[in-house]
Amino acid sequence: MATSTTVAETGAITRFAGRFFQEGFRPRYEVQELLHQCFVVGYQSLPLVGITGFIMGMVLTLQSRPTMAQFGAESWIPTMVGLTIIREMGPIITALIFAGKIGSSIGAELGSMRVTEQIDAMEVSGTNPFKYLVATRVLATTLMLPVLTILSDAIGLFASFLAINLKGVTSLALFTNNVVSALTFGDVVPAVIKTFFFGFAVGIIGCYKGYYAEKGTEGVGQAANSAVVASSLVIFILDLLAVQTTGLLGLN
Amino acid sequence: MLPAPAPVAAPAPAPAPAEIVLTVANVSKAFGTNQVLRNFSLDVRRGENVVVLGKSGAGKSVLIKCIIGLMPVDAGTIRVLGQDVATLDHTALDQLRAKVGFLFQSNALYDSMTVRENLLFPLRRHWLTHSPGEEDELVRQALEDVGLGHTIDMMPAELSGGMRKRIALARTLILQPDIILYDEPTTGLDPVTAREIDQLIREVQQKYGTSSVIISHDMNCVRLTANRVALLVEGRCYALGTYAELKASTDPAIHEFFSE
Repeated sequence: MATSTTVAETGAITRFAGRFFQEGFRPRYEVQELLHQCFVVGYQSLPLVGITGFIMGMVLTLQSRPTMAQFGAESWIPTMVGLTIIREMGPIITALIFAGKIGSSIGAELGSMRVTEQIDAMEVSGTNPFKYLVATRVLATTLMLPVLTILSDAIGLFASFLAINLKGVTSLALFTNNVVSALTFGDVVPAVIKTFFFGFAVGIIGCYKGYYAEKGTEGVGQAANSAVVASSLVIFILDLLAVQTTGLLGLN
Repeated sequence: MLPAPAPVAAPAPAPAPAEIVLTVANVSKAFGTNQVLRNFSLDVRRGENVVVLGKSGAGKSVLIKCIIGLMPVDAGTIRVLGQDVATLDHTALDQLRAKVGFLFQSNALYDSMTVRENLLFPLRRHWLTHSPGEEDELVRQALEDVGLGHTIDMMPAELSGGMRKRIALARTLILQPDIILYDEPTTGLDPVTAREIDQLIREVQQKYGTSSVIISHDMNCVRLTANRVALLVEGRCYALGTYAELKASTDPAIHEFFSE
């Protein structure tokens, strides 16, 4: 029963995503609402993502230092932390934080609009609520998560630089040189590309759960909760697929 | 305290024969095994108010949601302003909906927007080529029609139930629709406010010549707003006539609604 429900839901979300590509790029373009959503999901998430990135960089550096010191490899800390943050930790942590904050808020907002008939009201006033509410939010999450990830990576690396200087001395120039010289095309580009998919998953799942919320206020809570759970799970699945794909392309 | 509403006389029957703007023909709708509408038929003429009366859960709201295309019918035809709703694509349905207003039972005001933004929303969506000045004038006019000009910059949460109902009606009126569908417009309101809403429905009918389908089980609302009453019993249009005709009926199924 649970399996068939999951399969049915996966199919429904896929159709919902198909509708996004079918309707989302046709005029009329809701540019003003898209910019507003970019502001909401991007700018307003920045403090949380920034703090998370800062702590991630600092903790990673402080915890790896004793182990690296045992091998006399402290000078490799910037390289290791840089690769870890840019390839994996930055994208995945930022995406999970993003799913928690934005996925739940989209699920709850659209869910509450559904149960109070506001979505129906849009429809009967001749507005396509899918385009106005869903397409703008999904586009905003898809475009903003990569930007947030890059900012989080930068903040995390700067935190790493500070953490190194807590117990030793290194210059910002040397730290940057160590990080950048170890990075290749195959480290940076796939890591950025996958965040577009993470952002799309958070947006489309949050919107789907909210758009089809039922059963009054209980349904709103369920929409918010299941949006976070499902999008977090999908982020991990997409991450696994990304690793496999980059491996097949010889980029790992 | 609100002043008591002016006494409202029962509306006179609309002059016949007038053009039919809405036809519901042999419509059936079921949810699983629950058959809500069974071969329901109804015609609405231009400029008349038809009240669909029935018990709670009888399928009244389902009927008007089918009329506006929010729900598909299982069988039968609904023609609004000459167009078969079931055959319209998204664009054509949007264009038709610009001519059909819908007042939700819950009002469905956009709670993240001010009253002004709520009223402007249908205008912007329709690409109407109004200048900002003309839009402001339309908003002001719609709010004046419902007597709430001072609420223009307030949020829906700051308004009382009756005021929200009026704002929702103003939002419906701003597109100057040919037909308005009212879903239980007086439910949940105190008797004085409910009579004010009844009066407003009459005023809208007289001022703009709109046709209306009003879903209600409030007999005062029925008496004050209906040109004709359709009684929905077990999914069928059991009786159709003026308030006085139905009230005079000796049929037990009709009498139980009008016995008070």
